[in-house]
Amino acid sequence: MNASDSDEDVYNERTALVPSETPAVPSYRPDDLSMPDDLPTQRAKPGLSRRGGPAAVDGSGGGGGSDQEVDADDEELTLKYGAKHVIMLFIPVTLCMAVVVATIKSVSFYTEKTDQQLIYTPFTENTASVGRRLLNSVLNTIIMISVIVVMTIFLVVLYKYRCYKFIHGWLILSSLMLLFWFSFMYLGEVFKTYNVAVDYPTVGVIIWNFGAVGMICIHWKGPLPLQQAYLILISALMALVFIKYLPEWSAWVILGAISVYDLVAVLSPKGPLRMLVETAQERNEPIFPALIYSSAMMWTVGMASPMEAQRSEHQSDEEAEQSGGGVEPERRQFPEDELEEDRGVKLGLGDFIFYSVLVGKAAATGGDWNTTLACFVAILIGLCLTLLLLAIFKKALPALPISITFGLVFYFSTDFLVQPFMDNLAAHQFYI
Amino acid sequence: MTASVFFGCTFIAFGPAIALFLFTIAREPLRVIFLIAGAFFWLVSLLLSSLVWFISVQISNKESAAQQKGLLIFGVVLCVLLQETFRFAYYKLLKKANEGLLTLSQEETMPISIRQLAYVSGLGFGFMSGAFSVVNILADSVGPGTVGIHGDSQHYFLSSAFMTMAIILLHMFWGVVFFDACEKQRWWAVGAVVASHLVVSCLTFQNPEYVNSLVPTYVILLLMGVWAFYSAGGSLRNLKLCLTCKDKDFLLANHRPR
Repeated sequence: MNASDSDEDVYNERTALVPSETPAVPSYRPDDLSMPDDLPTQRAKPGLSRRGGPAAVDGSGGGGGSDQEVDADDEELTLKYGAKHVIMLFIPVTLCMAVVVATIKSVSFYTEKTDQQLIYTPFTENTASVGRRLLNSVLNTIIMISVIVVMTIFLVVLYKYRCYKFIHGWLILSSLMLLFWFSFMYLGEVFKTYNVAVDYPTVGVIIWNFGAVGMICIHWKGPLPLQQAYLILISALMALVFIKYLPEWSAWVILGAISVYDLVAVLSPKGPLRMLVETAQERNEPIFPALIYSSAMMWTVGMASPMEAQRSEHQSDEEAEQSGGGVEPERRQFPEDELEEDRGVKLGLGDFIFYSVLVGKAAATGGDWNTTLACFVAILIGLCLTLLLLAIFKKALPALPISITFGLVFYFSTDFLVQPFMDNLAAHQFYI
Repeated sequence: MTASVFFGCTFIAFGPAIALFLFTIAREPLRVIFLIAGAFFWLVSLLLSSLVWFISVQISNKESAAQQKGLLIFGVVLCVLLQETFRFAYYKLLKKANEGLLTLSQEETMPISIRQLAYVSGLGFGFMSGAFSVVNILADSVGPGTVGIHGDSQHYFLSSAFMTMAIILLHMFWGVVFFDACEKQRWWAVGAVVASHLVVSCLTFQNPEYVNSLVPTYVILLLMGVWAFYSAGGSLRNLKLCLTCKDKDFLLANHRPR
C-alpha cells in the first residue's frame, strides 16, 4: 500500500509512559499546575503516563517526609494504586492484542503474501540468498527509522514555532483516514471472509456512523469508555496494516530498531521526544488526547489547549513509530473534585500498535498458538516492569524497549526451541 | 469434531481454573499481576528445558526412534525438575519483595499474604502449563477431521482435556503446599511435591492407556487437594462453618462495600 499510512503519525506520541504527579496542594486550581504536566504528545511522546495516586499520597509524600504513618500509608496506597494502574493498562493492551490476533487468525487478507510494500520499505525480500535478504531488511529498517527521526524532528520544530494549525490539520487528516478508509477496508475483508453479502448503502451508513462518532470521541468530547474503545480499535487497525505490508524480516528488525530509538529519544538529553516534552512543560500545555490512551478522565473543565490530538495522516507511519514510545511524566489539570480520585494512567497509542504488531506477527507466522501466548505474556511482563520503573523513577520512560525485547526473545526462542519440544510431547501425549 | 468438541474440551480443561480466576483473582489487581508473573516464570523454566532438550537432540542420532524417545523422557524429567526449581526461585523472589515492602512501609501487614501468593502463583503456573499443553490441540479440534483414523485412540481430545484440568489444579495445590513447606522449612514436603509432580508426568508415559494414567493422576489430585486444604489452614470445622454459612470471618470479609 503506497498510500500514506499516516495514521501512524498519530500514534507517534503515544507510547509515553508518564507518571502524573499529583500537585502538592490538592485544592490548587488547574491553571497553575496541570498545564506543565500535559506533555504534548506529539510524536515525540510515546510513553505511558501515570498519574500518581490520590493527591493526599503525593502531597504527604512530598511534604510530610517526617511523618512515618503517612509514609506507610503512602507506600501501601502507592502499591495498591500502582497495581491498579498496571491492570488498567493490561486490559486495553490485552484487548488490542486480542482483536489483532482474532483478525489475523480468521481474516486471511492480512496474512496473504503481497508484492505491494510501503514506500518506506522499498527493498524487497524476495531474493534468493539469505545474506541479500538480511541486507535488504536492514536497509528497509534504516530507511524507516530515518523517516521517523526526520518526522519527529519536523514535528518538534513545528511545535516549537507554534504552527498549531498545521499540526491540527495533520492530525485530523490522519484520524479521518484511519476511521473511515481503513475501517471500510477491514469491514470489506471481514465480509469476504464470512461470505456475507452486504449492500453499499448499509455499509455507507455503518462506516459513516462509526467514523463520525469516532472523530467526535477522539478529538472532542465523548464518554470515556467509548473513547478508549475507539483508540483501541484504531491501534488495532494500524497494527494490522503494518502486519500486512511490512515484509517478514524487516518487521522484526524494525521492531528491534524502534525500541532502541524509543530508548534514545526519550532518555537522552538531546532526544527529540524529550525536547518535545520539555517544551510542552514550559508552555503548560496538555497532551493530545487522540494520541494517548487514558484510563481516566482526560478532559477537565476549562482546558484550553488548542493542540488536542490532531495528527496528520501522512505522517502516520513515521509518527506511529515515533510515538511508539516514550513515557513522560504528565500532569494534568484537575478540577478540585477529582483530586481525591485516581488519576489514571496513560499509554501512548504507538505502544499499543507495536505490541500488537509483535503478537500479530507471532500469530501470523505458523499456526502455532504457543508462540502467540508466550509473546503475550512476555509483553505484559515487560509492561509491568516498565511501570515498576516508572514508579521508582517518576519521570518519562519509554514503554517499548523492555516489552519488545522480552517479546522478541520469547518469540524466537519459543518458535525454535519450545515448539519442537511441545510438538513431540503432544504427539506422544506426554505431559509436563 | 468441530465446535462441540472444541467447546467441550475447552471448558473441561479450563473451566475450574477460569472460575477460580473470575471469583477470587480478577478483582484484585495485585493478584492478577502475581498470576501473570507466575506464568512468566513457568515459561522461562520451559524455555530452559527446551534449550537443553534441543541441544541434546542435535547431537544425538536422529534416525533412532528409541533414542529420540529416551531423550524426550529425559526432557520431561528435566522440565519437571526445572519447573519446581523455578517455583522455588519465585518463592524466594516473593519473599524478598515482601520483606522489602514491609521495611519500606513499616506496616505490620502486607497487602497480599504469602498464602495468597502461593495460591496465585500456583494457579499462574497451572494456567501457563495447561495452555501450552492443550491450546494447539484445541485449535486443531475446531477443524474437520477424524480422531484416531490410523488406529490411534479415539479419545485423544477428551483425555487431553481431562489431563489438562488435572494438571492445572495440581499446579495450584502444589504451589500452596510448596510455599507452605518452604515457610515452615519442611523440606520433606518440598521433596514430596517434586516427587508427586514427577510421578504425574511419568504416568503420562503410558498414554494412550488412559486408564493407567488418568485414574492415578486424579487420585493424586484428590490427595494433593486435601493436603493443600489442610496446609492452607483449612479444617473440618472451617469447612462445616463455611458450608452452613456460619463462618463469621468469611461473611465479614466478603461483605462488599456499597
